[in-house]
Amino acid sequence: MIKTVKDNLNGFKLVSLLTPLAMILEVIMEMIIPRYMASIVDDGVAKGDMAHIYRMGIMMFVMALIGLFAGIAGGAFGARASAGLAKNLRKSMYDRIQTFSFSNIDKFSSAGLVTRLTTDVTNVQNAYQMLLRMGTRAPFSLIFAMIMAFTINAKISLIYLGAVILLSIFIAFIMSRATKYFKQTFEKYDELNASVEENVSAIRVVKAFVREDYENDKFTKATKNLYNMFMNAEKTIITNMPVMSATVYTSILLISWIGAKMIVAGDLSTGNLMNLLTYCMNILMSLMMLSMIFVMITMSSASLNRISEVLREETDIKNSEAPIYEVRNGEIEFKSVSFSYNKNGEKPVLNNINLKINSGETIGIIGGTGSSKTSLVNLISRLYDVSEGSVMVGGADVKNYDLETLRDKVSVVLQKNVLFSGTILENLRWGDENASLEDCKRVCRMACADEFIEKLPDKYDTFIEQGGSNVSGGQRQRLCIARALLKKPKVLILDDSTSAVDTATDAKIRRAFAEEIPDTTKLIIAQRVSSIQSADRIIVMDDGEVVGFGTHEELLSGNEIYRDVYESQTGGSGDFDENGGAQ
Amino acid sequence: MAETKVKEVKMGGPGGRMRGPRPKLENPGKLIKRLFGYIFKYYAPHMAVVVVCIVVGVLASVQGTLFTKTLIDSYIAPLLLADNPDFAPLGRAIIRVAAFYGIGVLSTWIYSRIMIEVTQGTMKRIRDDMFTHMESLPIKYFDTHAHGDIMSMYTNDIDTLRQMISQSMPQMFNSLITIISVLVSMVALSIPLTGLTLFVVFIMLFTTKKVAGQSGKFFLSQQKDLGSLNGYIEEMIKGQKVVKVFNHEEKSVEKFDELNQNLYNSAYNANQFANIVGPINAQLGNVSYVLCAMLGGILVLKNIGGFTVGGLASFLTFNKSFNMPINQISMQFNSIVMALAGADRIFKLLDEEPELDEGYVTLVNAKEVDGRLTESSERTGKWAWKHYHKATDTTDYVELKGDVEFNDVDFGYNDEKIVLHNIKMFATPGQKIAFVGSTGAGKTTITNLINRFYDIQDGKIRYDGINVNKIKKADLRRSLGMVLQDTHLFTGTVMENIRFGRLDATDEEVIKAAKLANADGFIKRLQEGYNTVLTGDGANLSQGQRQLLAIARAAIADPPVLILDEATSSIDTRTERIVQEGMDRLMKGRTTFVIAHRLSTVKNSDCIMVLENGRIIERGTHDDLIAEKGKYYSLYTGNAIA
Repeated sequence: MIKTVKDNLNGFKLVSLLTPLAMILEVIMEMIIPRYMASIVDDGVAKGDMAHIYRMGIMMFVMALIGLFAGIAGGAFGARASAGLAKNLRKSMYDRIQTFSFSNIDKFSSAGLVTRLTTDVTNVQNAYQMLLRMGTRAPFSLIFAMIMAFTINAKISLIYLGAVILLSIFIAFIMSRATKYFKQTFEKYDELNASVEENVSAIRVVKAFVREDYENDKFTKATKNLYNMFMNAEKTIITNMPVMSATVYTSILLISWIGAKMIVAGDLSTGNLMNLLTYCMNILMSLMMLSMIFVMITMSSASLNRISEVLREETDIKNSEAPIYEVRNGEIEFKSVSFSYNKNGEKPVLNNINLKINSGETIGIIGGTGSSKTSLVNLISRLYDVSEGSVMVGGADVKNYDLETLRDKVSVVLQKNVLFSGTILENLRWGDENASLEDCKRVCRMACADEFIEKLPDKYDTFIEQGGSNVSGGQRQRLCIARALLKKPKVLILDDSTSAVDTATDAKIRRAFAEEIPDTTKLIIAQRVSSIQSADRIIVMDDGEVVGFGTHEELLSGNEIYRDVYESQTGGSGDFDENGGAQ
Repeated sequence: MAETKVKEVKMGGPGGRMRGPRPKLENPGKLIKRLFGYIFKYYAPHMAVVVVCIVVGVLASVQGTLFTKTLIDSYIAPLLLADNPDFAPLGRAIIRVAAFYGIGVLSTWIYSRIMIEVTQGTMKRIRDDMFTHMESLPIKYFDTHAHGDIMSMYTNDIDTLRQMISQSMPQMFNSLITIISVLVSMVALSIPLTGLTLFVVFIMLFTTKKVAGQSGKFFLSQQKDLGSLNGYIEEMIKGQKVVKVFNHEEKSVEKFDELNQNLYNSAYNANQFANIVGPINAQLGNVSYVLCAMLGGILVLKNIGGFTVGGLASFLTFNKSFNMPINQISMQFNSIVMALAGADRIFKLLDEEPELDEGYVTLVNAKEVDGRLTESSERTGKWAWKHYHKATDTTDYVELKGDVEFNDVDFGYNDEKIVLHNIKMFATPGQKIAFVGSTGAGKTTITNLINRFYDIQDGKIRYDGINVNKIKKADLRRSLGMVLQDTHLFTGTVMENIRFGRLDATDEEVIKAAKLANADGFIKRLQEGYNTVLTGDGANLSQGQRQLLAIARAAIADPPVLILDEATSSIDTRTERIVQEGMDRLMKGRTTFVIAHRLSTVKNSDCIMVLENGRIIERGTHDDLIAEKGKYYSLYTGNAIA
C-alpha cells in the first residue's frame, strides 16, 4: 500500500518532502516563541529592562514571520503534493484499465472501477494532505513541546510524560473500539441507503401493491437499528473529550502546586511556569490531532487498498511476442475448444467445440439464454482466451496475431453496446479515424441507419448524449452496426444486435451484407429464427455445446431443439415492437 | 441485461467529501428557524440542558485560566516574601479550582452525551419523515427527479446535516460563549490590551475573507473539473469493452490526461488557498500575543492602572484562547452553509405535495344475505365497493367484478402536451384486452391511468360503474394486479418477495402461488429454496426467473383485474414458454390488460387495441384486424417500415 503511494509521486516527490519540512519549521517557531515570551516577563518586566523587552519582541516578530512563511509554504506544497498524488493515481489506474482484458473488467465490474477512480482517489488525496501537514505537525509539536518543557525543568516535565503515556493508551483503546463500531455502523448505513435506492426505483411496485405502510415500517425499523448502532459508536467516542480535559486539568493543577513550591524554593521562575502551562496545552492539542489523523488514515486505507488492487491486477491477455500483422481471410476454426470464465475448475461454459467456418460464409447462431453463444464468439477476437484447444482465424491461431490487427479485422458488435457522447460522425469514426463522410454514409446505408439520420435536423452532426440516450434502441443498434462495418472487417460478428430493429429492416440489413460485403465472414447471434433462417449455415447451441450445425432445412428435419424454437415462433414475427424492450 | 452491481463500501467520515464552494441560500434565517424547530420539537428539554452545560463548561474553563493570575499574584508572590511559607492556602485554592474543573469536565461530558442523542434522534426522525413522505409522493415526482439526486439527499445531505448538528452547532455556541466570557475577562484585566487584541482580530477576519474569496473561486472550478472528469471516467469505463473492441485505448487516454491535468490545476489552487488561511491566522495570533506581551510589559513596568505580572500572564492566556474560537467560527461557517443547503433540499422534499386521495368508496369483504350484498368482517373471497351517497345518506354495495370503462379520456404529463387522445374502451369481467403499438405510442401510459398513477385531463374512467376518482386509491390499487416488464425485487428472501403481494399469506399459500406462476421449479433449485436471500434487485436471478417471481407476487394478491407488461426479447424461447404458461394461468378468469409483444398473447385476446401517437387507430379481434389490412396487418406480416 505504501508502495502504491511511493510509485505514484512522480514529479511530486520534492513537494512531498518539503511539506513536512516546512511544517516542522513552523512548529519550531511556534515552540521558540513562548521562550522569548518568558524572557520578556522574567528578564524584561521583572528587571525593568525595556531594551530587553524590545529586543525580545523584535526577535519574536521575526520568528512569527518565519513561521508564517513556513506555514504558507507547507500549505502550498501540501496542496500540490496531494493534488499531484491524486492526479498520478488516477492516471496510473486509467492506463492500467486500458490494458485490462474483458475478464479483468468483469472481475472489478465497471461500477467498481468508477468508484475507485473517483471517490477512492478523493479519499486518498484528502488523507495524504492531512498526513503530510497535520501528520508531521502533531507529533513534532508534541516532541518539541516535550523537549522544551524538559529543558525548562526536567522534574516537573515528568508529569507531562506520565499524562501523555496514560492518554495515548486510553485514546488508542477508545479509537480501536470506535473504529470497529463505526465500520459496522457504516456497513448498516450503506444497507439502509441501498434499501432507499430500491424503493426509489421500485416505487411503482410499492404503489401498485399499496405497500407504502409496509415499506415505512421496514424502514423505520432499520433506522431504529442504525440509531442504536450510531449511539453505541458515539458513546464510545465521546468518553475521549472528558478524559482528555480531565488529564489536562490535573496536569495544570499538579504543575501549579509543584511549580509554586519550586518557585518559592528558587528552582523555577514565574515566566517559566507560565511557559510550562502553555506547553501543556500544546501537548494535549497534538494528542487530539493525532487521534483524528489515526481515524482518517484507517478510513482512507480501505480506499488505498482498493486502488492498489487495480494497479496490481495483471492483464491476462498479452500480445504475442512475434505478432502477425495481417489476417489472410475470414476463415474461422475452433479446434477442441473448451472455455470457462473461472480458472478454478468450475464447469466450463464451452465444451470441446470443433467448428470450421469458411471465409465469406454467413453463419447464424441460436440457442437458449446461458447456452454460451456470446462466449463462443468472444473467443474469435480474443476478448477472452480459450482454456483448452485453439481458435484459428485466417489460418493462424488468434494468440499469434497482433491484438490490434486481430480486433480490427474481426469486428464485433457487442450485445451490450454503447455509443459515446459526441456527434454521430464522431461515433462512427471509432471504426476508422480517417473515414470520409462518404464512407460513413455508405456504411450507414448498409446498416439502414441513413434513413433516420437523414431525418434528424443536424443529420450526421447530431449530438449523441451519453450512452446514446437520445436515440431509440433500434437506432442505437443500427449505429453500432455501422460503426463496426467501418473497420472493413474480414469477420463481422453481430451479437443479438438487431433485437430492437423491426423484422423488415432486419431483413434489409442482412440483404445489404450479402450484396456488399460478400467476402466478409458474418456471424449472427439472434433470438428470432427469422434473423438467421436464410444464413448459409446455422449453429444450434445448448448448454455450452454445439448440438447442430447445418442449413435451415437440415436442422428443421434433424434437430429437435431447432425445430422447437422454430415452431414456437412461426407465423410472422414473434415480436410486436419496432423498438423492442426499450421502454 | 442489467450489469451486476458490486457494492462498494462507502466511506463515511471527513474523508469522503471535498470541501465545496459556498452555495447561495435564499433565506438562511428561515431555514435555520425551521431546522431548529425540528430539533426543539422533540428535544427542547435536552437542548436546555445542553445550553446550561456548555455555559457551565466554558465558565469553568475561564475560571481555570483566571487561576493562573491568582496563582502568581495571590499565592506565589506572597509565598516568595514569606519567611516561613505556608502552602496550605494554596492547597485549598487548588482543590477549589479542581472542583471547578471537575464541574467543567462533567458538564462537557453530559452535553456531548445528550448531543449525540439529539443528533442521532433528529437524524432518525428526518430519515423516517423523508422516507415516509417520499412513499406518499405521486409517481410524477419520481419521473421528474433524477434518482441520483433523491439518493444524494439520503446520503450527502443527511451527512452534512449530521455534522452540523453534532459538531458545528455546539462548537459555534461554545465559541460564542467563550468569546463573550473571555472578552469580559480581558476587559476586566486591561482595556488597552483588549483593544489591541480586537484590532488584530479585525485584521484576521479581513484577511480570512480575502483569501477565502480567492479559494472559493478555485473551489468552484475544482468542482466543475471534478464533475467533467468523473463524467468522462464513468462514460468511458462503462463502455470499456467497446473501447477494447475498437482498439480505442490511446484515444481514450488522451482526453483523460487533459481533464486530469485540469482537475489537478484547480484542485491544487483551491486547496493551496484554503491551506494558508490557517497559518496566516496562527501567526497573526502570535503577533497579537507578542504585541500584547510588549505593551503589557510596558504597562507593568510603568505600573499603569495597577497592572500586575500575574494579570499579564492571565491576559496572554486569554489572548490565545480568544483567537482560537474566532478561527473556529470562521472555519465552521463554510460547513454550516453547506449543511443548510442540504437542509434546504431535504425540506423541499418534505414540502412536496403528497399524492392526493379524495376517494371515499372503499373495498370491503362482502357476503350475500337474502340476495343482497352486505359487509362482512372476515375474509369471504368476495369483495364489494362500499359506496356512500351523501345526497341520500345511503350506502350501496357494488360487487367487485373487474369491469373497466374508458370514456373519451385525454391525458398528458402536463397540460400543455397531451399524449393520449380520446381513448374509449370497454372491458367486461374476464376479458383480455391487448395493447399493441410501437414504443412511445402510449401503451404503458394507458395502464398507468387505470390504477391512477397519473390523473387524466379529461373524460372518465369507470371501474364497476364507479368513477375511479371516487375510489380510495389504496383500495383501487389493491384490486388491480400488476406485473411490470422490468421486474423490481426487494432485498429479502424469495418467500418475502412473493408475500409482498399479500402480507398475511401463509407459507403454503406462497408456494401455491409460486406453483401457479411456474416459479416453484426454479425456486426449489436455489441454494436455500424459498429462503434464498435476494440482494441488489435480485441480481443473482435471470431475467426470466425475476419475471416468474413477479407473476407469483401478483398471483398471491389474487386481484380481479390484471395489468401485464410482457417482457420482450430478453429471454430465450424456452424460458419464455414457461413464463407464458404462468401468465396464462394467472390471467384465467380475470379482466386483463396486457401490453403485448408476443403473437400468442395477441392472437387469443378478446380485443386488440392498436395504438399510434396516443390514439387508438384500430381495434378488434385478431381476425377482424387481419381482414382490415391496416397497421396491425403490416405489423403482423412483418412488412412495417420503421
